Amino acid sequence: MKFSKSSLLASVVGTALLSTSAFAAGVHPETGEKLADDQTFTYRILDEHSSFDPQVNEDVSGSEISRNLFEGLYSQDNLGNLVPGVALSHTVSDDNLTYTFKLRDNAKWSDGKPVTAGDFVYAWRRLASPELASPYQWYAELMSVENADAIVKGDMKPEELGIKAIDDHTLEVKLTKPLPYFTAMTTHSSTFPSPKWAIEAHGAEWTKPENIVSNGAYKLVKHVPQETAIMERNTNYWDNESTIIDKVETLVINDENIALTRYLAGETDRTEVPAGQFPRLKKEYPDQAVVFPRLCSYYYTFNLSDSGPEEFKDVRVRKALAYALDRRVITDAVLQGGQFPAYTFTPAVTAGFEVPKVDFAGWSQQERDAKAKELLEAAGFTKDNPLEFDLVYNTSEGHKKIAIAMTQMWKQKLGVKVNMNNMEWKTFLNERGNQNFELARGAWCGDYNEASTFLDLMDSESGYNDGKFVNAEVDELLSGAKSTANPQPNYTRIEEIMSAEMPVIPIYHYTNVYMMNAQLKNWPIKNAEQNWYAKNLYKVAK
Amino acid sequence: MLSYILRRVAIAIPTLLLLIIISFLLMHAAPGGPFTSERPLPPAVLANIEAKYGLNNPIYVQIVNYIGGIITEFDFGPSFKYKDRSVNDIIAHGFPVTLTYGFLSFAVAVIVGGALGIAAALKQNSWLDYFAVGVSIGAQVLPNFVMAPILVLVFTLWLGWLPGGGWNDGQWNHLILPVIALSTSYMASVARLTRSSMLEVLHTNFIRTAMAKGLPYKVIIFKHALKPALLPVMSYLGPAFVSMITGSVIIDMYFSTGGIGQFYVNSALNRDYAVMMGITILIGGLTILFNLIVDILYAWVDPKIRY
Amino acid sequence: MMVDVQKMEQLADNLAAQEEVVGRSLFADARRRFFKNKAAVVSLILLCGVFLFSTLGHMIAVWSNEEIDWGILGQIAELGAPNLENGHYFGADELGRDLFARVIQGTQISLMVGIVGALIAVVVGTLYGAIAGYSGGKVDNVMMRIVDILQSIPYMFVLILLLVVFGRSIFMLFVGIGLISWLDMSRIARGQTLTLKNKEFVEAAIATGVKPITIILRHIVPNLLGVVVVYSTLLVPQMILTESFISFLGLGVQEPNTSWGALIAEGAGTMQYGTLWQLAFPMFFFIITLFSFFFIGDGLRDALDPKDR
Repeated sequence: MKFSKSSLLASVVGTALLSTSAFAAGVHPETGEKLADDQTFTYRILDEHSSFDPQVNEDVSGSEISRNLFEGLYSQDNLGNLVPGVALSHTVSDDNLTYTFKLRDNAKWSDGKPVTAGDFVYAWRRLASPELASPYQWYAELMSVENADAIVKGDMKPEELGIKAIDDHTLEVKLTKPLPYFTAMTTHSSTFPSPKWAIEAHGAEWTKPENIVSNGAYKLVKHVPQETAIMERNTNYWDNESTIIDKVETLVINDENIALTRYLAGETDRTEVPAGQFPRLKKEYPDQAVVFPRLCSYYYTFNLSDSGPEEFKDVRVRKALAYALDRRVITDAVLQGGQFPAYTFTPAVTAGFEVPKVDFAGWSQQERDAKAKELLEAAGFTKDNPLEFDLVYNTSEGHKKIAIAMTQMWKQKLGVKVNMNNMEWKTFLNERGNQNFELARGAWCGDYNEASTFLDLMDSESGYNDGKFVNAEVDELLSGAKSTANPQPNYTRIEEIMSAEMPVIPIYHYTNVYMMNAQLKNWPIKNAEQNWYAKNLYKVAK
Repeated sequence: MLSYILRRVAIAIPTLLLLIIISFLLMHAAPGGPFTSERPLPPAVLANIEAKYGLNNPIYVQIVNYIGGIITEFDFGPSFKYKDRSVNDIIAHGFPVTLTYGFLSFAVAVIVGGALGIAAALKQNSWLDYFAVGVSIGAQVLPNFVMAPILVLVFTLWLGWLPGGGWNDGQWNHLILPVIALSTSYMASVARLTRSSMLEVLHTNFIRTAMAKGLPYKVIIFKHALKPALLPVMSYLGPAFVSMITGSVIIDMYFSTGGIGQFYVNSALNRDYAVMMGITILIGGLTILFNLIVDILYAWVDPKIRY
Repeated sequence: MMVDVQKMEQLADNLAAQEEVVGRSLFADARRRFFKNKAAVVSLILLCGVFLFSTLGHMIAVWSNEEIDWGILGQIAELGAPNLENGHYFGADELGRDLFARVIQGTQISLMVGIVGALIAVVVGTLYGAIAGYSGGKVDNVMMRIVDILQSIPYMFVLILLLVVFGRSIFMLFVGIGLISWLDMSRIARGQTLTLKNKEFVEAAIATGVKPITIILRHIVPNLLGVVVVYSTLLVPQMILTESFISFLGLGVQEPNTSWGALIAEGAGTMQYGTLWQLAFPMFFFIITLFSFFFIGDGLRDALDPKDR
């Protein structure tokens, strides 16, 4: 993630101008569009989020809510660039180990108290503390904040974390090693400040609507579990005047088809499009059906550990299976949501990442099929001695469709016999995590917008490397990438090795496929991480 | 009778204890835990979390602590998944919801189903009978996961009369679709059971005798025939009532009602142990209670029954 | 020795003859009454039709149940409708697979699940309930509390453990179905037994010293059959739908195989997207089968009713 001082300055000036010039009622201050009277944004979420507490929450829908209720050091603009949040700017020491953030002095909590550096210190200590036992404690370690590891292990007190308030508006963070994307990591909701006084007064109850104190553009007014969370404008927010959306509502709707029906009935402003329905909806509602890339990769992983089948130890078998998949059919005929066929692991949309040219990506499908047949025969599998293995995926309509299409392709082109197995999610994770599988579905979404978030999975020590792929050169390239100014050559080489060794079969890179109210404007479709802020949205009049 | 009830209450306690222990063991034996996720947590983090929730203790200690918490403080523990809420919070919020739509559905099922069944039996092989049988079969064969999307499509999208989901504190217009979707299949079962057992009673000698004696028809039906005919229906209704008021995952899922039916299934899928246990105990307690009530009703219907 | 063998054979013959006589009169009687019931006979014919369809249908199927028709994949709403020319008599599912072949194969599974589930319920549930009700007292209390517990334990974990320990198979699916199907039935049977046991004919049997197990089998169970049969016809659809839940967890039917529950759920999900046939065909077979079961159940109930004998 690149960070440019000039864009930062521009936004500071921009926001300063905005907050002073009250815009004409009913008209957007910059574009001049006529605004709708009702500025309520209602969106569907698949499932109830785990918590309103920014340090405790562990899911995407909870982070979305956190970004509206709270504000961290930095936020992102519509392109994913950093813009000031509570921090106005920062300086870095020469050894790249000490960051000093200058905080704005006009930031306020929803109860009117000023937002201070101490609130961040409190929040980050909380995040790392074994006492709170947040599932995101590892994020403090990932940020390489000084002593985070020891605090998580219980060897040091949270007070010894490498963060301190120099004064109310100056925050200093010490790292154990240089981390080029450290500032980008401060947009994550687990780094958001938290109100010590409210938490101490109410304990675990502090996130109830009647107790919660927040520093973001919105405050929580109502929460009905498994149904809705309603957030309204926080009048104490420093940039309240340029916020247009008055009210943000989440609606939990589990079934995607019902969610679409309710969207069409006008109950929500945004919902996901079920697989296969995008082309039809695009035709019927051209201004509402939208699709844009997402920072996720869908793949199948071979079990290369000792418990895996002998057949998969032969790279020719792995390659044959990877080649014979017609990814165009999967993306264009099965999913039909503009997904990108994947021949490499890391999505093209990843910031600063250039997709390396791997040989089979350039071939036609006929060439791939021919090569696959050749490889499989060379490996000793013929019609009389067909390859047979088990494939496992977790129960879901979409995964099922892809698995069926894949097994049919293999069967028809190569005569391979595949037994499909579905499992309930936790059983699936358990079996996959214990290498109790032959070929398993996998998917990975970037934690941050940089290629290492994907390629680190191939590290032989990674806890996420379920296929137990071990390659010394990859390990070396990965650790090298962390400390070099231009890691692209390392990433290119890793992708090439992956293409030659084929430890996983890349299948496609995700898109977000939404039905979005045509009146809703300024959705950050170019933000690959989809970090959206309701305060930047607005609804135009019909 | 009173001593029988007391004996039943007394045995309820060991029954519940046994239920808790079996469920606890089953739950912990199932693969994956509450903190198994796509991104496995680092061991140190996992250790902290397990220590916080006491999951690092041996299983018998966990069971003893759990039961102790319930007895001493009526504390059913925290949710591992919804970290802002305790199991008590979740049940306190979700149970009234399912109780409301479950009770309404029960009332609809019993009143409509019972009336259809009695009418069909009294006019056996008439158009009324065929109509009642047709309606009850029609309701039975349309599973609620087919009915729910149809209802939303028709009443929300096409007609625009009713909201497609949400609870809204139980406002009447949010209740209609869930109650229709939940009550129909129960209604059908009640109708069919009532019809067949009513027919059976009508064919018995004592009713024939009563008819022969020339007692008024209404008296025969409502004083003599109905009570014994209710017996098998009641055996069915006891467990059915429990499953209706403890909600339906389909109803909660399709109509976003926020009842405990969905929490029950989700907590099992999420391995949210404490929520799972809390709802299991609730269901177990209600099952025991309503089966006792049914047994008491048996004795009322047929005074010859002795336990 | 020879004498003994001869005696034994004679005895066996006598017994067989005796049973035959009893059997013939009882069943002949019931059969006569059953075949007088028009609705039941029509239903029986329909059910046989569904059964034949599921066993012989593949002979006229053009496609297998797993083959994807790549030509229509991705344009199911436009090209996947029922069509005699391309062999998709019932149309195609969302992945371009032949619905005709899939319904045939799903029918096999679901009929089996429904019938096995109902049979387990009838046999285990009726006997269990009758024994509990007839024994009364402590035995009844303990037996019924066991049912309470079985009904309240999180069934999902039982299924998951079955999957993990024994692996998946059709047999395990039936184990999963069998585990719950009999619980409600046992309650109903017990409730009925409680009143039956005070009836004159049972009291007479007790007074003449008939053994309890004989009383249960000879006098109680036949009188339970009416409600048992009706209730088991209610169980059939329940079992068929429970199967899809079991399969969701991974224990039951796996792709590319399917069942009515899975087909109906898929069809219901896409019904507003212009592919209504995906719901209509599996629903049609589901509905006629259930109708048939209901009327056959009613017919059997009337035919077997000991009070009319």
